[in-house]
Amino acid sequence: MQDGSHELDRPMQHEREAAAAEAPAGVARAAAVPVVAVEREFVRFNRLHRTLHACMIVSFLSLATTGLTLKFSYTKWAVVLSRLLGGFQTAGYIHRFAAVIMFGTFITHLVDLYRSKKRGQLSWRSLLFGPDTLIPNRQDFHEFVATMKWFLHLGPRPRYGRWTYWEKFDYFAVFWGIFIIGCTGLTLWFPVFFTRFLPGSFLNVATIIHSDEALLATGFIFTVHFFNTHLRPEKFPMDTTIFTGRMQLAELKRDKPREYEALVARGELEEHLAEPHPDIVVRTIRVFAWTALAVGFCIVVWIIYAMLFAYR
Amino acid sequence: MSAGYRVRQAPWPGIRRISWLFLYVFIFFLSPSWAADTPSNADCLACHDDKSLTTKRGAKTVSLFVDGKKFASSIHSSLSCTSCHASLEGKDLPHDTPVAKVNCGTCHSSEAELHAKSLHGKAAARGDALAPRCVNCHGNHDILPAKDRRSPVAPLNVPMLCGKCHREGTPVQTQRPIEQHNIVENYSESIHGEGLLRKGLVVAPNCASCHTPHSILPHTDPNSSIARKNIAATCTKCHGLIEQVHRKTIRGELWEKEANVLPACIDCHQPHKIRNVFYTQGMADADCQRCHADERLKASDGRSLAVHAAELAASRHAKVACSQCHSEVNASRVRPCETIKKKVDCSSCHAEVAQQFQRSKHGQLLAANDPNAPTCKECHGTHAVLGRQNPASVTFPTNVPTLCARCHREGQKAAMRYTGRQHEIIQHYTESIHGKGLLKSGLTVTATCTSCHTAHGVLPRTDPDSTVNPRNVPATCGKCHHGIQEQFVESIHSVSVTKTGQELPVCSDCHTAHSIRRADEDGFKLEIMDRCGRCHAEIAKTYFDTYHGKVSRLGYTKTAKCYDCHGAHDIQKVTDPRSHLSRANVVATCQKCHADATRRFAGYLTHATHHDPKKYPFLFWSFWGMTALLLGTFVIGGVHTLLWLPRAVEMRRELRAEEAREAEGNPPAKPAEDKNAGR
Repeated sequence: MQDGSHELDRPMQHEREAAAAEAPAGVARAAAVPVVAVEREFVRFNRLHRTLHACMIVSFLSLATTGLTLKFSYTKWAVVLSRLLGGFQTAGYIHRFAAVIMFGTFITHLVDLYRSKKRGQLSWRSLLFGPDTLIPNRQDFHEFVATMKWFLHLGPRPRYGRWTYWEKFDYFAVFWGIFIIGCTGLTLWFPVFFTRFLPGSFLNVATIIHSDEALLATGFIFTVHFFNTHLRPEKFPMDTTIFTGRMQLAELKRDKPREYEALVARGELEEHLAEPHPDIVVRTIRVFAWTALAVGFCIVVWIIYAMLFAYR
Repeated sequence: MSAGYRVRQAPWPGIRRISWLFLYVFIFFLSPSWAADTPSNADCLACHDDKSLTTKRGAKTVSLFVDGKKFASSIHSSLSCTSCHASLEGKDLPHDTPVAKVNCGTCHSSEAELHAKSLHGKAAARGDALAPRCVNCHGNHDILPAKDRRSPVAPLNVPMLCGKCHREGTPVQTQRPIEQHNIVENYSESIHGEGLLRKGLVVAPNCASCHTPHSILPHTDPNSSIARKNIAATCTKCHGLIEQVHRKTIRGELWEKEANVLPACIDCHQPHKIRNVFYTQGMADADCQRCHADERLKASDGRSLAVHAAELAASRHAKVACSQCHSEVNASRVRPCETIKKKVDCSSCHAEVAQQFQRSKHGQLLAANDPNAPTCKECHGTHAVLGRQNPASVTFPTNVPTLCARCHREGQKAAMRYTGRQHEIIQHYTESIHGKGLLKSGLTVTATCTSCHTAHGVLPRTDPDSTVNPRNVPATCGKCHHGIQEQFVESIHSVSVTKTGQELPVCSDCHTAHSIRRADEDGFKLEIMDRCGRCHAEIAKTYFDTYHGKVSRLGYTKTAKCYDCHGAHDIQKVTDPRSHLSRANVVATCQKCHADATRRFAGYLTHATHHDPKKYPFLFWSFWGMTALLLGTFVIGGVHTLLWLPRAVEMRRELRAEEAREAEGNPPAKPAEDKNAGR
């Protein structure tokens, strides 16, 4: 709580510094020439986080598409898609290549965590159980209960902090997913090696776990996660924070009042403000985001079709 | 030629000789002492040694000279004159004239009897002056054994002996009803004549070999050695092997019963002209062509009856005479063919094939007078018939599919009446590995229609004798794919191994009948699982639940298919030690693809299903565990989202309202803010 500026998953130091350095000049310029004045935005995700999320999207969509063709190989769709992807063999290469990217993303994230801990000279305790931790805690439980009440008009909307409980759930779902799907995936990738010490029928079990867990991941991401973070009516059509890294201050105040207040209280808000991206960048990001979203929705439709209408 | 033959009948005119005769007769009467004993040969020769001794018979003067030397060297030298001239026995010399004729039959009774019944004998009995008697052929006092080359009846001399009367221009040949012409000439040019006369091969047949020496009868006489029904027996006295060969093609019984409708030796090998190559038959071909060469010749029903000699000459039957196929011709008619009542019967020569045909579906239809039934000519053509080795022939392997397609192509008459499962036969065949091999690669050994269905014994697959009946299919395919057949008959799918009431698969069940593909083609590899699955439904379904199955569903062929593990043609029960999946072999089988596979690896369940809690509890519970997790997550996530939705909508409305209020309260600051808000 005391080391407010060094908790988990803050924008990277240099970016914060850059934002802080820019701030007075920007304010000055805005005062001098009001026409060019642009409201600065709160930097929620640093560049590495954004990059990792983008890598995650690309690899996840690739994995899902190629993997589901195999899972739903009994549908015409799968055969067509497999052919579009360059045949099953190529689909397999894509799948494994994407898996490597995802592993890379995962490891990079872990390394980054470790490095930010070192850089901020944090203890494990403050990293894992500090105020901005991603590990669910009592606060999250209270917020969850309060949210339920709010849903049912029994109470006000809770004052969320930096990470809401559903964001934490999403975060650990990925951890869990990567661990489960990754392990079983590796077993299936190197069956000869793994059967040196595992029974052959474990491959069958691994297949079931791998594919069902993947189904869970894709299904969850493309419905619940999409809704939670991108498609909520109040953010409709899309919340691009994870891509731009920036959110409006007003939004921060509204959505994460506890974090905003903590920052203001510590007088650190200015450090976290930055100029918005140029239009071209924002537009590019939107194209990418919409594409990913569209692919995701197609996959959901396909899953529903395969599970409900063509299941065998 | 005839110089070598002493012509006894030739008259020796001269008064002197007659006077000598009278002198002898006179002496004969003057010498009573001779009359008491049988005259010795010396006694006879006392007078008959005189070359001028003659007598008159009718208008002819006949020599009565007997060459003592020749008689002494003759086969009868040990006999006395009276042995033959029996009427002179015990008579005084000189004896009375005329002396009774010698009867050779006294000793040679059987020959005499035969001769008496023969054409020659009967003519002689009628008093035909041209009729030959014993002496005319054998001579009289100078008779030599037939083995003696000087004998007129020695094999080498027989043709000339007979030729004395039967050569062109003789009274016999001109005045008597003898149909054959140029007999001696033809004979001497024939293979027989050449052998005998030019090569001195005394075993080569002469006239008597066929006509017999004494029992010469016209061919119209049923007892004749050259009668139609006997001719085979006559020829086969020498040509024993030929008859065996011939009997193979002409059914023995027909040969006996219906000799007249079947070709006899002489139909092909004309009498007297026999060559080691066939001659064009005098009667048939040239005579037939007199009318049938005419393009305009038509039958009463409008069919053209023209026969192109060139076409025939180029055909497989170039050496076969018209009348051999169009039997029942009668050469003595002006129109020899007017006696023909039956259609050409190819079975006369092609008996074995015809027998197959009669048994076949085609033959059965024909027997039932079905108008669609094909006969020989439908496939083989008529006069232009070519052998199947001839690339121009319709029955040449590469042409067979087209030939069969005439009726069996979809929409054609055979395809119309067909009720089985095979359709688009010709098209499928053409696209099949066999069709491509035959028609595209021109590989004439590739299986064509007849390779599997046979050419003449075509039967529907339901017929147990059919080559395409399931029981016979392995053997049929095995004709070419022998190695595969050897494996198959040992496999669990073979009827010789598995005794069951169920139908077992044969080649065509996996490879199909007509659209057979290369087994290394993707299409085949991908379809084979469904083929196996037609019988092994459950196991195929579970295969498709596993990685191998799913991958192959996506069109990947390099993954393990049924036969990669179980074997293709040598499938055994997995409990069989010979099985590719037996305990001893399974690791090696996996290693075909997974090079370093271990026994543990082989424990992978290739037909696993998570729907069977008894057989695969692990999988069952893994699946349901995962499903529960999935459902639980979705239910929680879904409910959460659904509860959130109305609140979120509400929030949005409030935000918009707030924005609107702000816009009213503070218009100048608004645009910039709005722009950002949209992002």
